[in-house]
Amino acid sequence: MQSADRILVLGIGNILWADEGFGVRVVEALDRDFALPAHVGVMDGGTQGLYLLPHIENLHALIIVDAIDYGLAPGSFRILRGADVPAFLGAHKMSLHQTGFQDVLATAQLMERCPRDLVLIGVQPAVLDDYGGGLTDIVAARVQEAVDAVLAELRDRHGIEARRRDAAQGGLVDPRLSREAYENGRPSAEMACRIGDPRVLGFGL
Amino acid sequence: MGIIQTPNGFSLDNSGRRVVVDPVTRIEGHMRCEVNLDENNVIRNAVSTGTMWRGLEVILKGRDPRDAWAFVERICGVCTGCHALTSVRAVEDALGIKIPKNAHLIREIMAKTLQWHDHVVHFYHLHALDWVNPVNALKADPKATSELQQMAGPNHPNSSPGYFRDVQNRLKKFVESGQLGIFKNGYWGNPAYKLPPEADLMAVTHYLEALDLQKEIVKIHTILGGKNPHPNYMVGGVPCAINMEGDMSAGAPLNMERLNFIRARIQEAHEFSKNVYIPDVIAIASFYKGWLYGGGLSATNVMDYGDYESVLGDKSTDRLPGGVILNGNWDEIHPIDPRDPTHVQEFVTHSWYTYGDDSKGLHPWDGVTEPKYELGPNAKGTRTRIEELDEGAKYSWIKAPRWKGHACEVGPLARYILAYAHGVTYVKDQVTDALGRFNALAGTSLTAKQALPSTIGRTLARALEAHYCADMMLNDWDDLIANIKAGDFATANVEKWDPRTWPSEAKGVGTVAAPRGGLGHWIRIKDGRIENYQCVVPTTWNGSPRDPAGNIGAFEASLMNTPMERPDEPVEILRTLHSFDPCLACSTHVMSPDGEELARVQVR
Repeated sequence: MQSADRILVLGIGNILWADEGFGVRVVEALDRDFALPAHVGVMDGGTQGLYLLPHIENLHALIIVDAIDYGLAPGSFRILRGADVPAFLGAHKMSLHQTGFQDVLATAQLMERCPRDLVLIGVQPAVLDDYGGGLTDIVAARVQEAVDAVLAELRDRHGIEARRRDAAQGGLVDPRLSREAYENGRPSAEMACRIGDPRVLGFGL
Repeated sequence: MGIIQTPNGFSLDNSGRRVVVDPVTRIEGHMRCEVNLDENNVIRNAVSTGTMWRGLEVILKGRDPRDAWAFVERICGVCTGCHALTSVRAVEDALGIKIPKNAHLIREIMAKTLQWHDHVVHFYHLHALDWVNPVNALKADPKATSELQQMAGPNHPNSSPGYFRDVQNRLKKFVESGQLGIFKNGYWGNPAYKLPPEADLMAVTHYLEALDLQKEIVKIHTILGGKNPHPNYMVGGVPCAINMEGDMSAGAPLNMERLNFIRARIQEAHEFSKNVYIPDVIAIASFYKGWLYGGGLSATNVMDYGDYESVLGDKSTDRLPGGVILNGNWDEIHPIDPRDPTHVQEFVTHSWYTYGDDSKGLHPWDGVTEPKYELGPNAKGTRTRIEELDEGAKYSWIKAPRWKGHACEVGPLARYILAYAHGVTYVKDQVTDALGRFNALAGTSLTAKQALPSTIGRTLARALEAHYCADMMLNDWDDLIANIKAGDFATANVEKWDPRTWPSEAKGVGTVAAPRGGLGHWIRIKDGRIENYQCVVPTTWNGSPRDPAGNIGAFEASLMNTPMERPDEPVEILRTLHSFDPCLACSTHVMSPDGEELARVQVR
């Protein structure tokens, strides 16, 4: 597990906030369709902040997938490397007590255990403020592209070929929270109110 | 408005300069705070507002009650396990499910691991920066730091001058790299920081040690919860089989080797809270002996549901017993019943919701979440850019929970005041010992009743509770081993797993002593599906706005009468609010496109 060539593909974000769940949904799809060698981990990091620190320390490479606010058109896709990564993650509050993932990386740096190779595969979200919502169509359309980008990253930079599974495999994300179960089981707007503070939520009241 | 006397004993004056802090940083979620200062920069009115609305019914209505824990585990990054535990307790209560003893003990160990972890991370990673100046640590003399360590925490092995010099060099390199990162956005020049550089260096050093240790401790969750992050829970027990002779392969049942690993981690946690965390809080507090502000409601009204049963199913054996204390009378503890519709009620006169008749409170089983966003006549700014709130009208997305109409503080300090008043020997001994050491270092002679209701007391209670949890876990572990050795391997009761065994309608409540205070989930089940689901979380109690009678909540009360060194640097406000470990929206919102984290502070 702690071997020097260890790589982690980490999806982060909160699945309960619409496009915020992008990173988690990408690793869910990756793990469903592809098998990877034992030294390459795939993790649903959710919003676990500091809890993720032990998983990223001393990695050979960390591949982060996340919804990132670049101020671009919704659905825009970007890949960033090295020192550019923390700067972009800074726009994005995920949490341990609002510890951004930027802070988790800074902490790893303070501990002198930063991952050696850092890449961020991100998409510009369309909607973040729909509590209980799933991915919007424009962002959902980018999931496969992000999976392909992770595969290309593993292949081109690390010489690792993923193997397509013979049959889809579930289980990385709890089946109750799988994208299908989560999005199809959502209560209707009549059943459960979806509006809130216009300063934070984008809808008029 | 001039001066207003609140029924709960505060004198509010909003005539002075208004200071707005938005957002309050280093907390979970988005929170805003406004205060009025008098001519001496003393806080004479405080307004706390939650700016996010999250109704769990929004995601849970119509879903399978057995799945609710998995959804609530995703609300935020810190409350994961306690929401999940509260949820399964609520469903089990509704359906009359009794869990096996092993399941109880395993859940206890998981809950206390979370408590210990949350408290340690809160103190070192978030709250310490309200007392400790990491930049100042660069000026420390490592030899003098070593001497301080040996005086404040003599049982901690890492105390040599060379050790502190190494850490100082590492810190220097980090600061010089220009990425102050976790230490940025501090008010490091503010005279509200009182520690000598040596104490600063000692605290920063222990911050690094805490970071290293916390990740070992959470391996307990990985083993007992099957995975981490996002450990598994289960209605009816725990999803964790026991086979003492089993192998160590992934997903294999719990065996002796794993249990021994857990025992070793508990022991490490125990040593750290005893030899490092508690001594650090006492040492830091002694340098702030003249700063006993921030008590607020803890001096009068505190509440907890009680938790940590020694005997499964018998609330009278709670090792942190619950109840309500009113008016600072520690000789009388009122029992609390979360199912009694007259006990816990939520009010919305000052919240952006409506019940039709807002003068009434609603019990959570009958909870209604119908937004009504309107600013009061004295608010300044617009609906989307508020400059100043009107606390005379609706001003927060947080409802106002009350016990029989009384505003109460919740959290580790509330639990410790209750346990002290209940006469829990372990807690009384801890408090007496800690105060003795504080008084010796500070040259004071404060009693528990003088010292505990304060910002420092809140921070101390959290440290003591972390250690009590580690101590209780050692007992839970012994009990678990004894029970397994007696031949009991049951970890789940699945008699009522099948919804066809359920009544057509049921309602239940689950409560947990969560890190930030008493947490309750109230559920109604109809035809096998969730009909209504309401959470009253600790920060709803502490961060609540005013109620129909005009009582202020714990955050607002705690800021009252605190002097500020510099109105545009809200060190004192942040220090006291952080001492509650607030958790608001639990969301992961984009706050601003440029990633600006520094609180905007406006002085008007």
